[in-house]
Amino acid sequence: MGKATKDTKGVSRRTLLKGAGAAAGVAAGSGAITGFPAVWSQEPKVLRYLGTAVNQADDITKKVKADTGITIEYISATTDDVTKRVITQPNSFDVLDTEYFSLKKLVPSGNILGMDARKIKEFDNITPVFTKGQLPNGKVIGDQGTAPKKVMFVEGANSTKFASSVTQWVTLIPTVYNADTLGIRPDLIKRPIESWKELLNPEFKGKASILNIPSIGIMDAAMVVEAAGLYKYPDKGNMTRAEIDLTMKVMTEAKKSGQFRAFWKDFNESVNLMASGETVIQSMWSPAVTAVRTKGIDCTFQPLKEGYRSWASGFCLSKSVTGRKAELAYEFVNWFLSGWAGAYLNRQGYYSAVLSTAKANMEPYEWAYWMEGKAAEKDIKGPDGSLLEKAGSSRDGGSYDDRMGNVACWNAVMDENDYMVRKWNEFIAA
Amino acid sequence: MPATKTAYAPPAWLQALPFAGVFALFFVVPLLFVVMVSFWDYNDYSIIPSFTTRSYVETFEGCYDRLPELCTILKTYLSTVKFCLIVWAITLVIGFTIAYFLAFHVQSVTMQMTLALICTIPFWTSNVIRMISWVPLLGRNGLVNSALINVGLINQPIEWLLFSQFSVVLAFVHLFTFFMVIPIFNSMARIDKRLLEAAYDAGASGWQTLWNVVIPLAKPGIVIGSIFVVTIVMGDFITVGVMGGQQIASAGKIIETRLNALQFPPAAANAVILLAITLLIITALNRFVDIRKEL
Repeated sequence: MGKATKDTKGVSRRTLLKGAGAAAGVAAGSGAITGFPAVWSQEPKVLRYLGTAVNQADDITKKVKADTGITIEYISATTDDVTKRVITQPNSFDVLDTEYFSLKKLVPSGNILGMDARKIKEFDNITPVFTKGQLPNGKVIGDQGTAPKKVMFVEGANSTKFASSVTQWVTLIPTVYNADTLGIRPDLIKRPIESWKELLNPEFKGKASILNIPSIGIMDAAMVVEAAGLYKYPDKGNMTRAEIDLTMKVMTEAKKSGQFRAFWKDFNESVNLMASGETVIQSMWSPAVTAVRTKGIDCTFQPLKEGYRSWASGFCLSKSVTGRKAELAYEFVNWFLSGWAGAYLNRQGYYSAVLSTAKANMEPYEWAYWMEGKAAEKDIKGPDGSLLEKAGSSRDGGSYDDRMGNVACWNAVMDENDYMVRKWNEFIAA
Repeated sequence: MPATKTAYAPPAWLQALPFAGVFALFFVVPLLFVVMVSFWDYNDYSIIPSFTTRSYVETFEGCYDRLPELCTILKTYLSTVKFCLIVWAITLVIGFTIAYFLAFHVQSVTMQMTLALICTIPFWTSNVIRMISWVPLLGRNGLVNSALINVGLINQPIEWLLFSQFSVVLAFVHLFTFFMVIPIFNSMARIDKRLLEAAYDAGASGWQTLWNVVIPLAKPGIVIGSIFVVTIVMGDFITVGVMGGQQIASAGKIIETRLNALQFPPAAANAVILLAITLLIITALNRFVDIRKEL
């Protein structure tokens, strides 16, 4: 355009208008201006997907592309970095994959757009674990900590306050969740482990570990404190200062007496600690236990009588998502809940949010093994086709109802988070 | 040096301007921001631009009223400074010895350069990989322990080989000795060999020559190497984390934990404190040798 204006002596009003028109066209094409469907259809369907690596898999992007034509661009980060990015660069992603407990920071910041439940086809089929805090069979489960039902709804699309009851506006559409407990090395412990308090049992001095993620590590510590009968918390996921002091005191004493071999911060660290025999009992995530087992090392995701600490993640929208991008995002979320992805996640040992569609995408023997706690009729294979369990074995902790029905608390951000982080630093320095 | 008059030379400040600009833009301005943010207030999800000393007050919480017990920040810095001193002493001795060997025992320059380059080979892989490679070696069922048990020297595996202060120091020395070798070697290479011969002719013993000739002349290299090692160890949290099993406090770790909890002002306050303490140490080193004069 620079050249054209040079040729015509001086810039006429007409050329200026033309230029402005062209610029507007470009803007419309990029999705900045709404109301030009003809231009949209020529645009590639792309969604920028920010999240941790848990849900991110090549298989999923390929299947999305094949089914809907949407290209997913993954932006991988750790849980902490995902939150940081949402707060500091809210325009750098379209769809956000995060956990419910992060919402206590994200929603008040105003960077999350409430999603319209009416546009989610399977919304009514989402397991009541999320909407009501109970199992499909009606059993009420633990809601200590940031239970999803507490932070799932907002008053309106742009609201920064959580709604106290069910509304049309959803902060986060759940996709995947699990119930966490301790991982143990049965070959090195050689006796049954039944309680969280074993984590601080001097018998395992120098062979225990927990996470060095303060908000999760302190929940595991709280499970131990309760299991040992030292204190009963009104809400483990929202402690008072006195309760934080008490919990950290128990932890500090254990640390000073050399209970812990090391703390871990990511998936691989936890796998290495366990596989090398540096630790024999530690907080662990289900797929990490599977990873130890695939190395040929005996490792159990141990059900404990006090129950599980649960977590759940799903999709949020960035506040910058409007118009066509929003339609794409809803299309993607609807695809995710339609079954293929749910079955894929179930086969990794996680749980999918819409059980009925996942079931339709799994073989009956797979469903029986993963969800009903039955012994495997055939060999159980992972999503990549690798052998996970031989026929005849059954899942640690039993059925979906047994595991999710025994949730004691959820990963949380406390009101006293700032104080807790300070105390955690003190604990590390002790 | 006799100054030679040239026809025209741009004023010195003009020549320094580009670097000064880069320095100001990428160092001074961000630093001022850090200092500014350290005095701001914050909540769970945002920083609030209103002046408060909250971050500093909370960082030093309990330092006075809990005496004689040390507060978190003092404990952390005590531990960090301790690592600094140990690592500095060990890397200095090893680095000095290697540099001395390279400078005075290896005769050909080609050989000197070749050997110096060989020292860099470990740096062809990442820091973290070099650290993690210690784990299978030092672990409870690692190579060292199994070898000692097989030889019959010990019955139980030695626990303190890994995830301990020992392993942290070991990794630091492994990673950073090189930063001592090169500056010291550089200083030594410039020492006129005839000075050593003169000392020998004057009847000085080997130790006397070392103490009165080599060390004073190698001082700039020693100080530069020391600055490298001290600043890296002061700010490190990855080595301390990986090799210490995340159980040993470090100044950098406090900053990281705060950042991860989205608490930027206290993270900034801790960064300012870390910078101040590192500057103090560097100033002390500079007292020892005037680097500008020596260079």
